[in-house]
Amino acid sequence: MNRLVRFLAVAASAFLAFPTLAQSPRYGGELVFPVPSEPPSYDGHREETFGLIHPIAPFYNTLLRVDPNDKGGTKPYPSLAESWIVSPDGKIYTFKLRQGVKFHDGSEMTSEDVKASYDKIIFPPAGVGSSRKGQYAVVEAIRAPDRYEVQFRLKHPSGSFIASLLSPYNFIYKADILAKDPHWYEKNIMGTGPFIFVEHVKGSHVVGKRNPNYWDKGKPYLDGFRAIFMRDSAAQVAAVRGERAHIQFRGFTPKDRDNLKAALGDKITVQEAPWDCILLVAINHKKKPFDDARVRRALTLALDRYEGSKALSQIAIVKEVAGVQVPGTPFATPPAELAKVAGYWPDIEKSRAAARRLLKEAGVADGFSFTFMNRGIPMPYEPLGVWMIDQWRKIGLNVTQRVIEPAAYYASLRKGEHEVAMDFQCGYIVEPDLDTYKFLSSSRNPANYGYYEDPVLDALYDKQSEATSVDERKKIIRQFEKRVLDEQAHYLMTLQWHRIIPHSSKLHGWTITPSHYLNNTLDTVWLSQ
Amino acid sequence: MARYILKRLLAVIPTLLGVAVLIFLLLRVVPGDVVEARYLGQGSQYVSQDLMDIERKKLGLDQPLWKQFTSWMGGLARLDFGVSMWTGSPITEEIKLRFTLSLQLALMASTIATLLAIPLGILAAFKQDTWVDYAVRVFSIAGLAMPSFWLGSLMILAMLIVFKWVPPMVFTPLWVNPWDNLAQLIWPALAVGYRYCAVGTRMMRSTMLEVLREDYIRTARAKGLWTKLILTRHALKNAILPVLTVISTEFAFLLGGLVVTEQVFNLNGLGMLFVEGISHRDYTMIQALVLLVATFFLTVNFVVDIAYGWIDPRIRYG
Amino acid sequence: MAAAPQTIEELTHAAEPRAGWLYAIAKFVRQRPLGAVGAAIILLTSVLALTAGWIAPYDPLANDYGAMLSAPSAAHWLGTDAFGRDVLTRIIYGSRTALTVGLGASLIGATLGSLIGVTSAYFGGRVDLIVQRVMDVFFAFPVIILALAVVAILGTGAGNVILAIATPMVPRCARVVRSSALSVREMPYVDAARASGFGHGRIILRHMLPNVMAPILIMGTAFLGEAILLEASLSFLGLGVQEPTAAWGLMLRGAAVEFAESAPWMALFPGLAISLAVFGFNLFGDSLRDALDPRLRTQ
Repeated sequence: MNRLVRFLAVAASAFLAFPTLAQSPRYGGELVFPVPSEPPSYDGHREETFGLIHPIAPFYNTLLRVDPNDKGGTKPYPSLAESWIVSPDGKIYTFKLRQGVKFHDGSEMTSEDVKASYDKIIFPPAGVGSSRKGQYAVVEAIRAPDRYEVQFRLKHPSGSFIASLLSPYNFIYKADILAKDPHWYEKNIMGTGPFIFVEHVKGSHVVGKRNPNYWDKGKPYLDGFRAIFMRDSAAQVAAVRGERAHIQFRGFTPKDRDNLKAALGDKITVQEAPWDCILLVAINHKKKPFDDARVRRALTLALDRYEGSKALSQIAIVKEVAGVQVPGTPFATPPAELAKVAGYWPDIEKSRAAARRLLKEAGVADGFSFTFMNRGIPMPYEPLGVWMIDQWRKIGLNVTQRVIEPAAYYASLRKGEHEVAMDFQCGYIVEPDLDTYKFLSSSRNPANYGYYEDPVLDALYDKQSEATSVDERKKIIRQFEKRVLDEQAHYLMTLQWHRIIPHSSKLHGWTITPSHYLNNTLDTVWLSQ
Repeated sequence: MARYILKRLLAVIPTLLGVAVLIFLLLRVVPGDVVEARYLGQGSQYVSQDLMDIERKKLGLDQPLWKQFTSWMGGLARLDFGVSMWTGSPITEEIKLRFTLSLQLALMASTIATLLAIPLGILAAFKQDTWVDYAVRVFSIAGLAMPSFWLGSLMILAMLIVFKWVPPMVFTPLWVNPWDNLAQLIWPALAVGYRYCAVGTRMMRSTMLEVLREDYIRTARAKGLWTKLILTRHALKNAILPVLTVISTEFAFLLGGLVVTEQVFNLNGLGMLFVEGISHRDYTMIQALVLLVATFFLTVNFVVDIAYGWIDPRIRYG
Repeated sequence: MAAAPQTIEELTHAAEPRAGWLYAIAKFVRQRPLGAVGAAIILLTSVLALTAGWIAPYDPLANDYGAMLSAPSAAHWLGTDAFGRDVLTRIIYGSRTALTVGLGASLIGATLGSLIGVTSAYFGGRVDLIVQRVMDVFFAFPVIILALAVVAILGTGAGNVILAIATPMVPRCARVVRSSALSVREMPYVDAARASGFGHGRIILRHMLPNVMAPILIMGTAFLGEAILLEASLSFLGLGVQEPTAAWGLMLRGAAVEFAESAPWMALFPGLAISLAVFGFNLFGDSLRDALDPRLRTQ
C-alpha cells in the first residue's frame, strides 16, 4: 500500500517537475557518436544488444521511461503514459495515455497501439518470437478500455512490475502495421520518437533528423544525430579525441578517459557512475570437488577484492566492490556490513589462511589444478581472469584458463561441462527482483550455471519480492546475500563495472545512469557552440 | 592455344567446388550457430527457447545438411548468393559495401610493393654480396618480419603524438573525395605494401641474377652499371614476369586476408566482414566470402597461366 | 657429426649427401654474413627458450599490483605490464611459446606437406591429379582465414593453435616439394630401387624424401618465421594462446594498445622480439635458399 502511494507521488512529481539546467538549451547541431556494435534488426522486442538501443531508440517512445535526470537510474518517469493508478488489490495497472501523439507518418497513437505492442512482447503470435516474454510472466492480459487508456491485469501483485515496464526495448509500434505484418518492424522504422529515420548505411552509420511534430513541445533540441558503427575501441576514442564525435554512450576505459582529459582538457567533461553490469563466477556444483561448500568458500576467500578494486580500476572498466546489488543503490549492503561477508573481510591474510584451511579440510591437495572457463571478450573478462588466477595461485590452486569464443560461450555453459566459469549479468535497471533472479535454483532458473538446488534461497527470494516495507526488504536481501555469497558460496561476485563517459563539453542535457541501455532517446540533449 | 585454355579452365571448376564443400562442412563443424550468437550471452535472465527455434526454422538451419547444401548450390547457380544470416540483407549488398575499400587497398598495397620490389631487386642483383645487397635484403625482410598490427599501431601512435592527427574514420570512395579517401587508405597501404615487397624483391633479385649470368652481360662488366642496364633492358622484360606473377598471387589474398590490418586501422573491409561473420556464425556470409576470394585467386592464377602459355609456347604443350 | 672437412681426402669423399651438407654449411657461414646473423638470432632465441627457468629474473605469472605499469628501471629492465608482471621475464618465456608453436606448426606442416607432395609426385597420374586438386582447394583460402576456421572448430589454446597454423602450411609445402620430387622421380637410383622390388613406402621415405631435403629445409625455415607471426596475429585477435601464458602476440594486446602512449615499453619490446625472431628466421632461410639453389651461386 505504501509503495502504491509512493509510485503515484513519484509519477505526479516527475511529471510536474522541470529539469533544472545551468544554461538554457540551444537549438541546432548534429550529435555524432560511435556505436561499438551494429544491430542485426530494428526490432527492439527481439534484440538484446545495446547496439540496437543507441542508434534506434531515438526513433521511438516507450510507455514509461526512467527519469532522464536521475543518476541512480531507477525512478519511473512518464513517457507515452502520463500517469497511472494501481488497483487496491495490486493486480490492475491502469495507464492514462497522452493525447495528440503522432507517429512519424502522421497517424495518432492510441491505446490500440500500446496494446498491440505489448501483446507482441508478452503474447507473441506463432512464428513471432519475443526475447522478453519470460519477464512478463506475471501479466495475465492487456486491455484497451478507452482510446487513451491501457490496462494491465496481473496474475498476482508484483512489486517490480513498474520497473519491468521501464525497459528501453519496449518500443511502441503501430497496431495496424503489426496486424498486417508482425515482422515489419524488423526491417523498418515507424515510431513516435523525437527523431525521424533518415538512413542506415550498413556497416557505416545511422542518421536521424529532428521530428518537428514531437509531442513534447520544444523538444528535441538537436537538428539530428549520426550514429557511426565502429567496432574498434581505439578508433572510438580517436573519434572523440579528434573532435569528430561528441560522445560514446557505452563507456570508455580509465586510460581512455585520462588520455582524453590530457589531450583536450576542458573540452572534455567526464561523467562516471557504477554500472549495472557485473561478472560473476559460476561454480558448477555438479563437478567435484565444487559440490563441497568449503571449496567454494575457499575460492571466494582467496580474492582480495579491495586491492583488486584499486589496481584493476586503473586498467579495466571495473571498480566498486559489490555484493548482489549495485553499490550506492537503495538495497545495496553498505561497505561496513559487507565486510562481514566471506571474501569481503578486510584482512586478506586471514581470509587466505582460512581458505587454505578449508581446502585442506575438504581434502583438496596443494597445487590442485582446475580449468577456468572464460568468455572471449577482452574487456573486462581478460583482466579479471588474469587477476583471479593469480589470486587463486596464492592459496595453492593451479588454474588454467580456457577461453571460448562469445558465439559458442553460452552454449558451452548450458552443456554444464565446465568446472568454474565466468558468467555475466547486465540490467537496464537496478531492482532486486531482476538482479537476484540469477541465483535461484536451477529448476526455477534455467540460466543458473552453477547447477544447484537451494530451496532456502528460493524462499528468501520470494519473501523479499513480497515484502511490504523497504526496511524489511533490505533485511531479507542481506540474508539472501549472506547465504548465496558466504555460507553456500554458490556464485562469486567479482567487481562491479564502472561506467566512464568522457564527452565533449559542448554536449549538455545528458545524465549518466548505471545502465548503458538507458537515456538514449536524446530528446533532452543539446549542443552548445 | 584454345586447348590449353580449356584445360586450365577445367582445372578451376573442381577446385572451386572443393572450396565450396570444404567451407560448408567446416562451418557446420564449428560449435555454435548464429541464433545462439544472437540471443545467448547478452546477460539477460530470460532465455527464450521458442524464439530461438523460430529463428532457426526461418534460416533453414533445422534442415538436414545435404538439403541446406543443395539449396545453397542451387541459389549459386542462379547467381543468388542468399541473405546474411545475421542481418538478413542480401549478401551482394553487404559485400558491395566493403568490396570497394578492400579492392582499393589491395591495389594500392600491390602497387607500392611492386614499385619497391623491382628497383630494389635489380639493385640488389647488380650489387650482389656487397653492402648494398645486404642493406636491400635487410630492409625488405624487416618489412616481412614486423607484425602488421604492431607496425600499424606504431604508425597511428606516431601520427597522433607527432602530428596530432587521426586518419578519417569513415570510408569515402575515391571518386567522391580523393583527399579523404587517400588520407585514410595510404597508411594501411604503406604498411601492407612494405610487408609484401620482400617477396617481390627476392624474386626480382633472383631472376635478375639469372639474366646477369648471360655471357654478353658478363663481358660487359668492365663497362659499368649503366651499360649493363641498357644491355639488359630486353632481358628485363622476361625477368620481371615472375615478379609480377608472385605479386599478383599475393594480391589475390590481400582481398580477404587483411584481417588484422583492418582491425588496427578500423577499416570497413572484407577482412572485418570475415571476422565478424565467423564470430556471428553467419554461414551464408562466410561461404559467399570464401567463394569470392577463392574465385578471385583462381581467376588471377588462371590469367597468369594463360599469359605464360601465350608467351612461352613450350608451356602449352608440356 | 664430423667437423667441417679440411683435407683433400675429406673433400673428395663429399659424394655422400651428408658430408656435402657439412661442407655447404661451413662455406655458408663464411660467404653469407647475413645468413650467419640470422643463425645467430635463431640461436639466441633457442637459448632463451631453453634456459628460461634459470635466467629469467621473475615469475612470468606473478602479479605485482604495487609495480603496475612501471617504466624500465634497475629492478625491471624492460618495465612491467598492466598487472605488474616483469616484461623481460615474459619476453624470455614468450620465446618458449613462440618456438614451441613455431617449431610444432612448422614440423607438422612441413612433414605432412612433403609426404603428400612426394607421394603425389611418385605415384603420378590420377593420384597426382586428385591430390593436386585437393591441395589447390586448401591453397585458395587466405592463410589467416583457414587458421581462424580451425581455431573456431578446435578452440583456443597452444595445441590447437599449432594445428591451426600447420593447416595452411601443408598445401604450400606440398606444392613446392612436389615439383622437386618430380625431377627426383626420374633419377636412375629410383628406377633401380623399383626394379629391385622395394615397396612404395620404402622408396618414398628412403630414396625420394632425402633428396628433396633442400626445398623442405628452405620451406621449413620460411614457415617458422611465418608461424611465429601467425601465432602473434592469432593471439592478438584473442584466438591464440591465452592468458596468463607468456606469449609475444598476447603481450601486444589489450593494455599494451591502451597504454601505448604512457607505457610504450609494453608494446615496444614484444613487437621487437617478434620482429627480430622472424627477421632472423627469414634471413637465415633466405641465405639457405641462396646456398642450396645451384643457379644462384656466385663464382
